[in-house]
Amino acid sequence: MKVLVGVKRVVDFNTRIQVKSDGSGVQTDGVKFSMNPFDEIAVEEAIRLKEAGLATEVIAVSIGGDKNQDTLRSALAMGADSALLVKTDDEIQPLMAAKILKNLVEQQQPKLVLLGKQAIDDDANQTPQMLAGLLGWPQATFASKLEIDGDTAAVTREVDAGLETLSVDLPAVVSSDLRLNEPRYIKLPDIMKAKRKPLEVIDLADLNIAASASIATLKTSAPPQRQAGIKVESSEALVAELKARNLV
Amino acid sequence: MNKILVIAEHANGVLNSSTARAVACAAAIGGEITVAVLTTGSCDVAAQAAGLEGVVSVAELTNPGNAQALAALQAPQLLEISAGYTHVLAPNSTFGKDLMPRLAALLDRPMVTDIMAVQDARTFDRPVYAGNAITTVQVDDDGLVLATVRGASWPPVVQTQAPVTVECQTSDIDLPAHTRFVALDGEQGDRPDLQAAEKVISGGRGLGAAEHFALVEAVADKLGAAVGASRAAVDSGWVPNDLQVGQTGKIIAPDLYIAAGISGAIQHLAGIKDAGTIVAINKDPDAPIFEVADIGLVADLHEVLPALTEML
Repeated sequence: MKVLVGVKRVVDFNTRIQVKSDGSGVQTDGVKFSMNPFDEIAVEEAIRLKEAGLATEVIAVSIGGDKNQDTLRSALAMGADSALLVKTDDEIQPLMAAKILKNLVEQQQPKLVLLGKQAIDDDANQTPQMLAGLLGWPQATFASKLEIDGDTAAVTREVDAGLETLSVDLPAVVSSDLRLNEPRYIKLPDIMKAKRKPLEVIDLADLNIAASASIATLKTSAPPQRQAGIKVESSEALVAELKARNLV
Repeated sequence: MNKILVIAEHANGVLNSSTARAVACAAAIGGEITVAVLTTGSCDVAAQAAGLEGVVSVAELTNPGNAQALAALQAPQLLEISAGYTHVLAPNSTFGKDLMPRLAALLDRPMVTDIMAVQDARTFDRPVYAGNAITTVQVDDDGLVLATVRGASWPPVVQTQAPVTVECQTSDIDLPAHTRFVALDGEQGDRPDLQAAEKVISGGRGLGAAEHFALVEAVADKLGAAVGASRAAVDSGWVPNDLQVGQTGKIIAPDLYIAAGISGAIQHLAGIKDAGTIVAINKDPDAPIFEVADIGLVADLHEVLPALTEML
């Protein structure tokens, strides 16, 4: 079973986000970029499937500029077998990303596509569902547990009401939630090994995908900040304050 | 005039309040609001939707495949009826997040996630970077607008009006058999739903152990509040994951939010930004939660919570 796993290069999750004063976006100069944490979980899951003998090959794919090669090298260092970069300097929105991934799926014929449930930059949470819709495949989003059994997968999903389990036929698209696994740390020898693994670069234009309708970002602003209020000294004072404000 | 379709979220015969919140957003966009209710045939939920303020019609789609809300089965049914609308909205709950992008892909349309505010009928504010920035985005062609609605930003419309007519139609399209519901493991307690509750009390790492969550629950029961938790408490296995409040859990906007033993990691704060009043109880005076709390009490929650239970 071939597994395709998508990785996005995003502003590192530890970065303090600064909105540019001219409203044109957030500050990305001199900011650390890393693999989207949800995608890291997806890569880890794919590698675990391979280690368990359920997957035969793990292909990591990314869409973006040349720097995405670093992100793909991280996926290779974690244990992916090969990597594919669809190169473009344009902003790629979820619908277009899903169309690109569909094209790669048709070429590579994986039985499972693993993607992070959302990227921590645009927080869109759309690409996996869109890809599944375009392919007409089952989708199991927000996965916290994945069990492959022959041609089906049992997926436990983190939904608002609790944990939902679905059974889906393969091929399928699965999107990873936080508790699916804990990604491994990359060790130095793995980084060395990753340098020798194949990383193919394809120009987006060569895939001949028609442009999609997109959404324009008019401006980016800083969110309203909450201010600290008062401090009370005791439980009694807290109850008195809550009563004074008609909250209890 | 805009024709807005709002997809209802419901379970066990009860309309989720997230639907009334999405209707509130639809009302801000302005236009004729229709609620789509996908069921197996029982009309209870459609009747509830028919009483929501501002709704002019309810379209009930019945199909045996609607016993559970599975995106792969519901998106094709909605595809059938989406033509003729200018907007299709759904709550930005796990239900709407699962369904809407799939529907958008079938319609070959982009989608707006998590509307916080409406600037005009095609221009919306939405959070990015875990709520650390807000973008104003525009669907700048004349095609269908698809979006999910951030519940915490939209107080639900009320159930006041005389119910409008429910148009029932049986969907006879072939639905895929490749996706099957197996089970739902959820807490069915007596407490109010976390996302709908007016009062919420959450516990965090400061509780120290699973059994101390009873202290939080005692205050919750006294207040009629829902119980939540920080990621640390969930990751420690003290409470189930569906209680998690924060960017990767639930984003809530109760009138009163009490954070007990929660330091206030940025991920947690992203989930409570829209709360009315935030109360923080923590023994660490430097905990970041105090920077956003309206009322702070620097004290040991193991003493404060029993005292609150006593006094409230």
